[in-house]
Amino acid sequence: MDLAQFCAASRVVVVAGKGGVGKTTVAATLATAAARAGLSVLVVEVEGKSGLTACFGVPDLGYEDTIVEPGLAVRALDADTALVEWLDGRGLQRISHRLARTGTLDVVATAVPGMRDILLLAKIKQLEQSGVADLIVVDAPAAGHAISFLLAPKGLQDAVGVGVIRSQADEVASLLADPARCQVMLVTLPEETPVNEVVETAYALEDRVGVALGPVVVNQCLPDRWSAGGGGAAVAADAARAGVPLTDVDLTALAAVDDFVGTRRAIEREQIERLGRRLPLPRIHLPYETGEIGPAAVSDLAAAFTAQVAGLRAPAVPGDAS
Amino acid sequence: MSTLRALVTDAHVVVCCGTGGVGKTTSAAALALEGARAGRRVAVITIDPARRLADTLGLGGSADAEVPRDRWDPDGDAAPGGRLTALMLDPAATFDGLVERYSADAEQRDRILENRFYRSIAGALSGTQEYMAMERLHELHESGAFDLIVVDTPPSRHALDFLDAPARLIRLLDNRVFRVMMLPARRGFRVASGALQLFVRQVGRVIGTAVIDDIIAFFRAFEGMEQGFRDRADAVRTLLAAPDTTFVLVTSPRRDSIDEAVFFADRIADHGLRVDALVANRVHPDFAPGADVERLRGLATAVRDAGAAEPGPDADAAARRTADRLATLADLAEVAAREREALDRVAERTRAPGVVVVPLLARDVHDLDALRAVGQVLTGPAN
Repeated sequence: MDLAQFCAASRVVVVAGKGGVGKTTVAATLATAAARAGLSVLVVEVEGKSGLTACFGVPDLGYEDTIVEPGLAVRALDADTALVEWLDGRGLQRISHRLARTGTLDVVATAVPGMRDILLLAKIKQLEQSGVADLIVVDAPAAGHAISFLLAPKGLQDAVGVGVIRSQADEVASLLADPARCQVMLVTLPEETPVNEVVETAYALEDRVGVALGPVVVNQCLPDRWSAGGGGAAVAADAARAGVPLTDVDLTALAAVDDFVGTRRAIEREQIERLGRRLPLPRIHLPYETGEIGPAAVSDLAAAFTAQVAGLRAPAVPGDAS
Repeated sequence: MSTLRALVTDAHVVVCCGTGGVGKTTSAAALALEGARAGRRVAVITIDPARRLADTLGLGGSADAEVPRDRWDPDGDAAPGGRLTALMLDPAATFDGLVERYSADAEQRDRILENRFYRSIAGALSGTQEYMAMERLHELHESGAFDLIVVDTPPSRHALDFLDAPARLIRLLDNRVFRVMMLPARRGFRVASGALQLFVRQVGRVIGTAVIDDIIAFFRAFEGMEQGFRDRADAVRTLLAAPDTTFVLVTSPRRDSIDEAVFFADRIADHGLRVDALVANRVHPDFAPGADVERLRGLATAVRDAGAAEPGPDADAAARRTADRLATLADLAEVAAREREALDRVAERTRAPGVVVVPLLARDVHDLDALRAVGQVLTGPAN
């Protein structure tokens, strides 16, 4: 399927995964690929520390849009600003300023479990409904936090019976529960522990949050062009047969690389196969990026992403089940 | 003696910090294992370890577990006297312990423990996990049962929350608005102004009045305990600043973890502390140290373009494979050079004597043999 069709499945895509799997890079990659396919895209960061600036080559992010290129914007949301904005929008300016000034916000946010997360999700929901972009990519908090982040509406529904915040939780919960509006794209690595963890996270998200899962991105796969096979003897024999003048140092290094790539590739195959068995979701494989993560690398990854999506069968994407 | 070997043999506290996904828990466990092998009584506090590593450390249940000696010293060649205890942080239980310690009586304790607002603080407040890791560290230190305590820090949303967490919690507990709110009931006269009452009523409209009642009940119950908490926070700070408390910064050579590590290094310095050792996990091997990448690339292109010296289907295929291998070597040499550069950038921001490099391992680390292997790489030989 083509990328525009892929992105039409739901307007909000939450990119989630354990720390170190390259979730932020994948969020930037998806956004870039979608923007190139002609969609207007907004990337949203919610943790206050962002690798997005490096990915896009932009300075520090703010609560308002930073334009990366036409059709691609990025912003950093924070709960305090979201709350003040939200209260102001309901004619409660006096409370909002007082909350902020007296430090009572901390008390209130603590009293209501998941309140900060609700405020962030409510802001995302507002962005979704106001149609600021065709696609909103959320760079979610790291794994364990991603589950509690997305569970916040349920927690609040249990804890708080009434109040304006409760109605926000209800609205956010309906956004998360609707596969035509929101889905989660999980990111992992082709290694044992990350595979175990992504499987656990996937089931926790489906069972406890009830959010639809999009394809799983297997990040940092060995590039196809990295060759391996045969071992040291074959390396030397090939060089001799082709008549390439290589030193012993070269040959030793080539043999070591051959061994390294061969070993890693075997692990990768095994883990991807295991992931496929344990988690029946479509997969997108992104290559390990040998260059520094920045706009050029993200651009390469976006091309790889688009090519991988082209290989997905349309009905395999949740939210597009018809 | 390597820096990390000196830490595991001499330091009293080793705090492993760094962002998530860089092998921090594994590094902490491996250092603890080396400490035990050096004959010390060691505790390692882990936070949310991967399941198989937790099983290896005997953390299947929630209780603290001493790892039997025959498991971490199967060959019987470690120094005598060593012990290895693994603990999994339980923030809520640790917080309950603090309340117990500082409440005046059982009634005050129960009123707090049963309060819903307290349960939110103990279970969900951002920073609680970090604070409780430090609290647990202090408990173990006070117990006198351990020569070395290794602490894994949470993969925080906000880097280094564990340094600020005590102060943040105290700020929360000292909140002026709610202190004033409680005054009428406490002193029997009204101090809270009408404006304040109105404010709290309005907040109640947003979050529900039941929640407000919980908060006020909590602050009432907590009355008198702040000083204990403050003293405790000071004690934790003193312990962290002690000369035999050390910080190990763990990173990976990827751009995002490097940026985080630089930020960590600066923040640790801001707090007047120092990074004693820098560990880089998941580093790609350098297959051609000092190699001229351009030469390798040129060679790959030349071989690809020219084909075999004496053409023929077999020879051409051999030439293609050789060109691919040369290009792969060039790619990996570039990766190694870039990683090295990135790690040097972090090292410059710390006073750590260089970077201890743990290469990308073929297998995940979840048994004691693999932990031992990592420990050996980290600390070098025992003598």
